[in-house]
Amino acid sequence: MVLQAIAFYLLAATTLVAGLAVISARNPVHSVLFLITAFFSAAGLFVLLGAEFLAMILVVVYVGAVAVLFLFVVMMLDVDFVALRQGFARYLPIGALVAGVLTVEMVVVAIKVATQGAAGKSTGPAAPYAGVTNIEAIGRVLYTDYVYFFQTAGLVLLVAMIGAIVLTLKHRESVKRQDIGAQVARTPAAGMRIVSIRSGEGLDE
Amino acid sequence: MIIGLAHYLTVAAVLFTIGVLGIFVNRKNVIVILMSIELILLAVNINLVSFSVFLHDVIGQIFALFVLTVAAAEAAVGLAILVTFFRARGNIAVDDVSVMKG
Repeated sequence: MVLQAIAFYLLAATTLVAGLAVISARNPVHSVLFLITAFFSAAGLFVLLGAEFLAMILVVVYVGAVAVLFLFVVMMLDVDFVALRQGFARYLPIGALVAGVLTVEMVVVAIKVATQGAAGKSTGPAAPYAGVTNIEAIGRVLYTDYVYFFQTAGLVLLVAMIGAIVLTLKHRESVKRQDIGAQVARTPAAGMRIVSIRSGEGLDE
Repeated sequence: MIIGLAHYLTVAAVLFTIGVLGIFVNRKNVIVILMSIELILLAVNINLVSFSVFLHDVIGQIFALFVLTVAAAEAAVGLAILVTFFRARGNIAVDDVSVMKG
């Protein structure tokens, strides 16, 4: 139990410090790297809770796809990021005020819910699914009761993929592309010319 | 030293607030705003998973999976819009975007 508490406090502190570093780093590349740190330690928190499948999905989807996408975009765009930081100090007081109020409210509600809500009577994360692993429990529900939602999630991803391609694809006129139809339709008559040349005269063209 | 539901909910609440604060202080930098939105969605996921575990109900984790899907789709489309915007304008300062004039 003590080891679990130490792991929790370590992972939680790492998540929060990395989250603060994401929003305050001067270089956006550092922001992305801190975002990866935050996701990794949040995955550690999920493992601690017993949600192993979601922890692995978090690492695969966020670190493997989303964070790398951010990294690509940050490095591809040639932007003066120093100019974009103007106003950081100006908005900090009002932002900190709103954030402080929001934190106090949500922590009060969280402690209230945790002590008096339905989850407060729970004995904790020990052995939530009798004799069934986490991934098996998820699969049993996801592919039966929630199969339409699962298909819709796939559709959302498809639409997002098509949308991203349509938005970023651009046809440049200067780039030559292969036109297979034109290639196949080409006949010997159109592509070749037979000229008889007299000896010593050459072709004047 | 028992780590209960309140501990996880507090971490999620503070992470959510960090995301909101990030949107406040980085008004111009849309990349950091998108990252702040990812932090907010991560906080929501921590909430969902911890409730799922402490209530012994796996459906919360299924919902977290859907939130993850939407977050990935949102990041892809958001960054695509950002790239298109950069091509059109040459910068990504979003605080003075008023081309459409509402």
